[in-house]
Formats: sequence, C-alpha cells, structure tokens
Amino acid sequence: MTTSMYAVEPRVSDPMTVHPVSIRRVIWETDDTFTLQLDLDQMKHGFSFKPGQFNMLYVFGVGEAAISISSDAAKPQLLSHTIHRVGTVTSALAQKKRGDSIGLRGPYGSSWPIDVSYKKDVCIVAGGIGLAPLRPVMYELLRNRNAFGRIILLYGARSPLDLLYRVELEEWSKVYHVEVLITVDRGDSSWKGHIGVVTTLFSYIKLDARATIAYVCGPETMMKYTLDELERRGLPEHQVYLSMERNMKCAVGFCGHCQYGPDFICKDGPVFSLPKVHHLLEKKEL
Amino acid sequence: MKTEDLSEILHQHPFLGDLADNYIQTLLGCATNIHVPEGAYLIREGQVANKFYLIRTGRLTLEMDVPPRGTARIQTVGPGEVLGWSWLIYPYRWHFSACAVAEVRALALDGECLRNKCANDHDFGYAMLNRLTQVMERRLEATRLQLVDLFAATPGVDR
Repeated sequence: MTTSMYAVEPRVSDPMTVHPVSIRRVIWETDDTFTLQLDLDQMKHGFSFKPGQFNMLYVFGVGEAAISISSDAAKPQLLSHTIHRVGTVTSALAQKKRGDSIGLRGPYGSSWPIDVSYKKDVCIVAGGIGLAPLRPVMYELLRNRNAFGRIILLYGARSPLDLLYRVELEEWSKVYHVEVLITVDRGDSSWKGHIGVVTTLFSYIKLDARATIAYVCGPETMMKYTLDELERRGLPEHQVYLSMERNMKCAVGFCGHCQYGPDFICKDGPVFSLPKVHHLLEKKEL
Repeated sequence: MKTEDLSEILHQHPFLGDLADNYIQTLLGCATNIHVPEGAYLIREGQVANKFYLIRTGRLTLEMDVPPRGTARIQTVGPGEVLGWSWLIYPYRWHFSACAVAEVRALALDGECLRNKCANDHDFGYAMLNRLTQVMERRLEATRLQLVDLFAATPGVDR
C-alpha cells in the first residue's frame, strides 16, 4: 500500500525546470473536459507522484496551468491529466493532438493521506472536475481493496453529459463493490438517475462516524455544504481531508498567488486536513 | 396489510425516527401502503394535494411543466425521504409532478386526516411540523445550491 502523507517535496532539483513531453493520447471525457495522457520517455530521471498532487502544464508561447494528476500513481508511464477547458491555457491544451509537445514541471503539492484509511471505511465526495484528483485515490484503494472497509463514492456533476469516467464508475461499482452514488444538478428526460446537488446523496448512506475517513474535492461551496453533512453525521474533523483550489502560478510557494491564510495552496496543499483550514473556509477575502 | 405491520413500517421510516409510540398510533389511522410502477405518476402538478408520502423504496423525480420547453426535472426523492408538503398549505395543490423512475413503495398519509389530527393535538402537530420544517430547510438549501450553478466555470481560473 502506498503511504502518502503531506508535504511531498518536488522531485526535480530545480522546481522551475520545464520538461518537454509529448502527448500520447487525447480522450474527450465530455464536451468541455478532456484527458491528456503524456509520453514521459523524454524525461531522463523518470517520474513519480502521489495521489492528489498536481503538475504545471505549459503550452509553449501561451502559458502554464496547474492541473491535477488523474491517473494511477502505480503506473507513472500512463501519466494523465483531466482538464476542464475554461481559460486561455486549457483552451490551448484542448487544441493539442497526439504527438504534440507540451512542457511539464512537477509533481507539486501535498497528497491524500491514504494510509489513515487502512482498515477503515472511506467516503469520497467529488463534484465536477473534482473527481479527477480523487481518481488516483480510488486506484490506490482498489489495488488493496481488502485493506479497506466500505468505499463510498458520492459524485455530483452539472448534467448527465458532464459525468466523467462513466465506464470506470460502473466498473468500480460492479467489480470492486464501491458504493457509487451519482447525481446531476440538471437532469434530462433520458436520465433515470438522481437529480439534486451532491449533498442530497447523504440521505441514502449511513456512515460509521468513528471508522470513516472522508476525502472531498469540488467547488468550494459544495465542499462547505459537504462538511456540514459530514458534521451532522458525527465525523470528527481530523478524519476529513479536502483539496483546495486557487490560481496557482509558480507552484512552489514563491509568488504568493495561491496564499491561503498562513499557507500556500501549491506548496502546503492542495490537500489539507479539515482542522488546518476549517477556520479559513468562512473568510470571504481568502 | 396488518395494522401492526404498518406501525412497524412507520417506526422504521427515518422521517418519523424517534417519534413517540402514541403518535405513531395517531398516524396509523391516516396511513395506507402504496405501490407505484416505474414510469407512472404519483402526483400531478395542479391537482389537489391530499396526501403526504413516506418513500420506502424506489425513486421519484419531481417535474415541472415549463412551456414551451416542456418538462423540467428538478429533483429526485428516494428511500427514507418524504414527498410533498402542499397537503399542509392552503390551497392544497401540488406545484410539481412526481414520476416513478424506479418502482416505488411508500406509505401515503391522508392530508386532511393529518391536518385534523395536528389541529386536535398540538403536541402531535408540533412534532410533525418540526420534522417537516427540517425537510423543507434541507430542500431549500439544496435548491439554492442548484441555483448557484456550482459547476459553472470561474472567470480567471484556468484549470
């Protein structure tokens, strides 16, 4: 089992060094979200990461964006990033094709502490693209399925067409007995599943508060309401971890763009234990 | 179904949770067991709201007619949840329709019967309203979150 805890130091000697890598495969997950699988053959010293970490992806002549790693940490040769096309850099990344070259530096940031879930139940709550940084967690859990109790995934998306990794969601449920509960904010006539925000899914599960570890990632408002639900169910704060998002630039805590109270999201996060950041979640100016 | 079976089912429903035995007995006189096949409508927008439903199994989607777009599916209610509070609020009409997307088993509580019992026993009425307002608060919260459109792209955030 991978032992992943906080404050993982970047592997590169110069954290600002950009490594050219080529795109092995482009997978369109939805209309505006795609996964880039990268070919790391050009990286002399190899590459390793832990679930929850991110890389800076560089489109030459356009700029950089911080993107969470969405692939299996045990298969770094299949390094993938799932990207939501929302701005200049991600739109430029969306134009890339197989064989094109981009820059990569990383990995950066803290990771999900999977070892604390050993022999416990795991409740993963993901909203939208927030499922991407949690997918490596799922791979870790499933690789050692018997080392964990119940695995529950509550996943919310905007609409049925915005659901990521649909084939895998089904596989996790059927093959690995993950309790996968999916909801969408807006359903259409063909959608037979649940409609409502992700927090409404808590009505359908029972958590053993003392023996459950929760990992949460999604829009900040969604996370705040999710934390309320977890609190209602008696989950102690120290059993809850969340991944924060800010506009990251340097990724190593130099520039201050992603300062969050006394911490930098890029260096001290993005994964935090709830007690570390709970008092900051209500502060508007942050 | 025997009355004692119905009593047990009422006891087990999360909405009624720790409701006192005597109140469960009060509810019994208003309760019937129902079954809704997949694809059938349990309630229709605009019709008289004379029932309150405790969902045991299955799922219903709440729908609104939005001309000229058609039907908007707004929310799902499922096992352990309740459906409808229009039976409590004049003019007792449903503001949405509910279609079973998976076969539903539920308890139907007669609205007029419930209103009368709430009016005759204020402690019972308070216990029911207390539970209902919690459901309303949660639904309102969920609706607000839907309105916020959590997954809309944030300007300036490039991820």
